[in-house]
Amino acid sequence: MSQDPIPEADLSRRLFLRSAGSVAAGGVLAQGLLGACAAERAEARSASAAPSVAEGPEELAGEIEIELELNGAKQKLKVEPRTTLLAALRERCAPPLTGAKDVCDRGNCGACTVHVDGKPAYACLLLAVDLRGKKIKTIEGIGAPENLSALQAAFCEHDASMCGFCTPGFVMSITACLEQHPGADRATIQRACSGNVCRCGTYPHVFAAALATAQQAKKG
Amino acid sequence: MKSFTLLNPKTLEHATRALAAAPSSSARVLAGGQDLLTEMKEHLVEPEQLVNLKGIPGLDRIEFTAAGACTIGALVTIGALEEHAGVRERLRLLAEAAASVGSPQIRTVGTVGGNLCQRPRCWYYRSEHAKCLKKGGDECFSFSGMNKYNAILAGGPSYIVHPSDLAPALVALGASATLVSAAGERTVPLEEFFTLPSAGDVKHENVLRQGEVLTKVLVPAPEAGLSSTYLKFRERGSYDFALASVALCLWRDGARIRKARVALGGVAPVPWRSFPTEKALEGAAFEPSTFEKAAAAAVTGAEPLGQNDYKIPLTKGLVVRALQSLA
Repeated sequence: MSQDPIPEADLSRRLFLRSAGSVAAGGVLAQGLLGACAAERAEARSASAAPSVAEGPEELAGEIEIELELNGAKQKLKVEPRTTLLAALRERCAPPLTGAKDVCDRGNCGACTVHVDGKPAYACLLLAVDLRGKKIKTIEGIGAPENLSALQAAFCEHDASMCGFCTPGFVMSITACLEQHPGADRATIQRACSGNVCRCGTYPHVFAAALATAQQAKKG
Repeated sequence: MKSFTLLNPKTLEHATRALAAAPSSSARVLAGGQDLLTEMKEHLVEPEQLVNLKGIPGLDRIEFTAAGACTIGALVTIGALEEHAGVRERLRLLAEAAASVGSPQIRTVGTVGGNLCQRPRCWYYRSEHAKCLKKGGDECFSFSGMNKYNAILAGGPSYIVHPSDLAPALVALGASATLVSAAGERTVPLEEFFTLPSAGDVKHENVLRQGEVLTKVLVPAPEAGLSSTYLKFRERGSYDFALASVALCLWRDGARIRKARVALGGVAPVPWRSFPTEKALEGAAFEPSTFEKAAAAAVTGAEPLGQNDYKIPLTKGLVVRALQSLA
């Protein structure tokens, strides 16, 4: 039997976050969540450990080691076929890349937006094993606190974060947009953000920050 | 999401052979996964095997013949379709429909084949707790329940609406789809690809058989003089499915309409080819009184369910606006 692929500490943190979320939503009982997590772990354990090697098509099952190109560096990580890129980033990378946020996990909110070969995509709706050979960029690859990208600096200047949970997703979507259309107008920016949701409603500040960055780029 | 094995065939033959060998309904075809993965996360489907098409070369191409016919591979992403210069120039409504699909993130990954084969958005269908008609139950809960987003045309016994934006545009263009299985290949006009729930198989929205893969869409060269548009109305300004949409192809001789092809989205369980609208347009003058007649014809036979009555004036308004936009 292979090592438990989901560490205890991680489970309890996820359990806390999910419970907190569902209490806020007035939804499922915590007991139900405990059960769901236990089931998920049992499932993870039961998956066979070695990838089957057969002639013809590649067949992947159970836990397998893959190599991904994350923010310009190759990294080996262990995943299952069902592991989403979002789960791989947050739970399988060392150190974990937690900038992409796990919010809806259904491609509705945009908090997990990353770039795949330069284009925005929802990390929660991609299988990690499917991304071998692709260039993946996360918010960790955009800037650092001591070296912000122009857009990130504009976010600070324009007070474009309230709770901040959606911010990495917005920065990823707008960064991809400005790479394609450096002098983008407001309509282009809004369209680029149409797959990102901010529950605090900070949209006007987000658009102001993006427009300021675009205008800066126009001036050169 | 439950565990599954992932098969990465490099040829279509390997893919169809694997699908044929898999026990019924335990294998699914994976393309972009933008719908399938959400269904798996909601436990609506729990396949033991996914057959991934993305490693098969050649399925992601858009090609025009010299005569103007267009072949669109099933793995072409919605974003690639939206941005393709030839599509924008020659098949405007299709580029517009692609641009209206989902969000930028979904258009990066989602494919043409997946968009056509996506499952309904009806909230009863999407809830793992509601055993509705589509999931082997014996009632379509939307009929007497929350039916704001459901069908006004051709509903029953299921009242889903088909969620695809590309489908009405492609139906208006007279496109057909190529379906390949281990047993062979067939080409089906898209109008016949999509099936009404009343046709017998209420659990499926199309004629795809178990083990069959949609590999490409063929758009015939449009007759000269085509002007076209896809107009979609959403409940919110950002990304969403259509409450109603109109795909319109029009050919004019001066001030007169020579020919029209119209398909509606968001109002019926299939992309709804509207023959009454076409009849109201063909041979008529291109003027506001004709637009009004065409709009009234578009909702002929509509049977709203109580909370979706608004789709009647909405659809009529969209038909008028789509026509006005081609003036």
